[in-house]
Amino acid sequence: MSSTVISHGAAHHDAHDHHQETFLTKYIFSQDHKMIAKQFLITGIVMAVFAMLLSILFRIQLAWPDTDFPILEVFLGKWAEGGRIKPEFFLSLVTIHGTMMVFFVLTAGLSGTFSNLLIPYQLGARDMASPLMNMLSYWFFFTACVIMVASFFVESGPASAGWTIYPPLSSVPTSIPGSGLGMTLWLISMTLFIASQVLGGVNYISTVLNMRTKGMDLWKMPLTIWAFFLTAIVGLLSFPVLVSAVVLLFFDRSVGTSFYLSDLVVQGEILPNEGGSPILFQHLFWFLGHPEVYIVVMPALGLTSEIISTNSRKPIFGYHAMVYSLVGITVLSFIVWGHHMFVTGMNPFLGGVFMITTLIIAVPSAVKAFNYIATLWRGNIRFTPAMMFAIGMVSFFVSGGLTGLYLGNAALDINLHDTYFVVAHFHLVMGSASIFGMLAGVYHWYPKMFGRMMDTKLGYLHFWLTFIGAYLVFFPMHFMGIDGVPRRYYTFTAFPFMDKWISVNLLITWAAIIAGLAQVAFLWNFFASIWKGKKATQNPWNSNTLEWTTPVEHIHGNWPGEIPTVYRWPYDYSKPGHDTDFIPQTVPFSETMSSNLPHDFEGNEEAIRIQNEWNKENNREIIEG
Amino acid sequence: MEHTDDYTTEELMQSRKAKKFNLWLGMIGMFMMFAALSSGFIVYTAGGVDKGIKTILPNTFIYSTIVIVFSSLTLHLGYRATKLEQLGKQKLFLLLTIVLGVVFFVLQVDAWSVLVSRDITFINNNASQSFIYVFTGMHLAHIIAGLIVLVRCLWGAMKPIPFPDNQFRMNLATIFWHFLDLLWIYIYVFLLLNQ
Repeated sequence: MSSTVISHGAAHHDAHDHHQETFLTKYIFSQDHKMIAKQFLITGIVMAVFAMLLSILFRIQLAWPDTDFPILEVFLGKWAEGGRIKPEFFLSLVTIHGTMMVFFVLTAGLSGTFSNLLIPYQLGARDMASPLMNMLSYWFFFTACVIMVASFFVESGPASAGWTIYPPLSSVPTSIPGSGLGMTLWLISMTLFIASQVLGGVNYISTVLNMRTKGMDLWKMPLTIWAFFLTAIVGLLSFPVLVSAVVLLFFDRSVGTSFYLSDLVVQGEILPNEGGSPILFQHLFWFLGHPEVYIVVMPALGLTSEIISTNSRKPIFGYHAMVYSLVGITVLSFIVWGHHMFVTGMNPFLGGVFMITTLIIAVPSAVKAFNYIATLWRGNIRFTPAMMFAIGMVSFFVSGGLTGLYLGNAALDINLHDTYFVVAHFHLVMGSASIFGMLAGVYHWYPKMFGRMMDTKLGYLHFWLTFIGAYLVFFPMHFMGIDGVPRRYYTFTAFPFMDKWISVNLLITWAAIIAGLAQVAFLWNFFASIWKGKKATQNPWNSNTLEWTTPVEHIHGNWPGEIPTVYRWPYDYSKPGHDTDFIPQTVPFSETMSSNLPHDFEGNEEAIRIQNEWNKENNREIIEG
Repeated sequence: MEHTDDYTTEELMQSRKAKKFNLWLGMIGMFMMFAALSSGFIVYTAGGVDKGIKTILPNTFIYSTIVIVFSSLTLHLGYRATKLEQLGKQKLFLLLTIVLGVVFFVLQVDAWSVLVSRDITFINNNASQSFIYVFTGMHLAHIIAGLIVLVRCLWGAMKPIPFPDNQFRMNLATIFWHFLDLLWIYIYVFLLLNQ
């Protein structure tokens, strides 16, 4: 096409945009994917700490519903008058905890960090397709974070309708304090966040499809890239739907339309809105909301695949099956949203359809879980902290995923809906699993990000305390859920049947506090190692992928000279016949004659002929089987 | 600082191809937003016999449709002029497109006043009718973005920026504007089928 005609002058013009670096363009408004990745990560970590502190606050209320803690009043003022958290604030805490964790930490913090870091690095690109959009993506995200935190400083408090912001609580500003200005700020923050995700996602997809280096065909891409790519597609197709839902919600709240509102009496006053349907919001919300949980978990699965293979010193088991299962999850994620709405009076036939599609997701998920185990089996396993977290991720993915089979069943969901069983399920399968995937990624790619190593001992301490802590927190919740204890209830002593669970709440809260304290080990390790960590070598894990062929010092454009060419897939670990237990993707087959196998040549007869001749000359026999 | 060897021409071409692809992806995202509104409309309207548009859409929409189709044509001619390096013609057609874009905007707002005169207001207990405003309003928000893009093209042509940059910019703007045109036709047909 004629639009690709480029004069040399134009090439200069574009290339010059990025230079003359100042503090502002290098560290603040950077357009470099590596710096943006670090910005996403550190903002994500700050948000994670904030959201975790919120959870500790409401856990204190749940464990000691009738005890006063005067210190709370010191910090929270009127939200904890007399040292006890107010019910309205309790709702805000769970709402903002959920919002921040799901969107800011596990979506932006995870995809934002690792897609930005690894897509150009592992594909052999100088940068993202549009560095400007990439920068905007971060700054929209940052502003969203600031606004969400700012909602703690308005008089009526932050949003408190739950992270799913169902109307009418979210759409009638007078219904509860949190429905006022706090909710408006929530909506503004989320709109900016969606803009950020769409800008980022568009960039990720485009970079994967257009900016791969020579030889990097789709089937030579690491599974990390496949996961980020499919995640971005899911985001691109689902986030705009939430925009529509939020726009209509905004009109209901602030203009007086009746998209979601009908037949309401608030504080003795009959509202004029008629004819709206709150279920409409749920449909629109969950059309994003369900794919969102895959947006959260798929990057974690991708990171885990890479880390498990590298540290088992074995090729990933079933590479193609891994990709197809990700594709399967991607497609299925769009046709299961109704399983969140079984109890909304949905037509039972429709419920049955959603149930079947939901249960089918167990198939690709199980393929992945078994492939991880098969990759580990008889591997030469190196238990680095990253590997520990990756294995932990698989553990949570399995134990949380199994309860998905119960919840996906429409008949059982009537009992389990909105109980702690649901809380246990999603905190294990998407909360803990994703955060473990993310932490695994941080430990594994830290040398690439900061040029230094994290401390291993602190890493193990962090892993074990968090791993055991997370199970102690979330596992007992299954039993509470089966007993019918509803989620989001403020005080267990107010309901006789819930009284007996206070002792369990006490255990959970202590486990949460200890697991929370364990994060100090991580924070110290993370921030201190930036300056004090052991200097990293170029390829500390003896890994095959392209990012480890770049210099330790970050340079603009990633590779000093030409971008390397790729010859093979990324999982040639412990290949029989080769002298090292890894063969980077940049090594041509002509240099590894002693380990080549016929299927390496993908039907290239000339190459097979040359290999066979070499085999004869060197008495090499290949036993296929 | 001289960094002439940073990006080869080939890499720049690759990056442009990727940027153009970004635009296509962005349009998919925008389309999803309107698809969500459409399905929201269908679900809502199916909720009862008292729901639905229950009026004949104002004729103004016919005129605005003609205007925006015409503006796509002028922009197409402008893009052709750009490729032939006819700067004067490019500026003329760009200006014409921008004027037509503004006329489209005015006509859409005029259609709202026709609806209001029939007592079909935005704040309405039959939200199917509110949806008309949401569809057209969200589309107009995109038209504003489109106009900004066109003004930027005009600005580039006035300066003028180097030929390849100018052509690339025009190329993207043309694709986006045609998309907005098609999007409006989709919305209009959707509303017509439901009136």
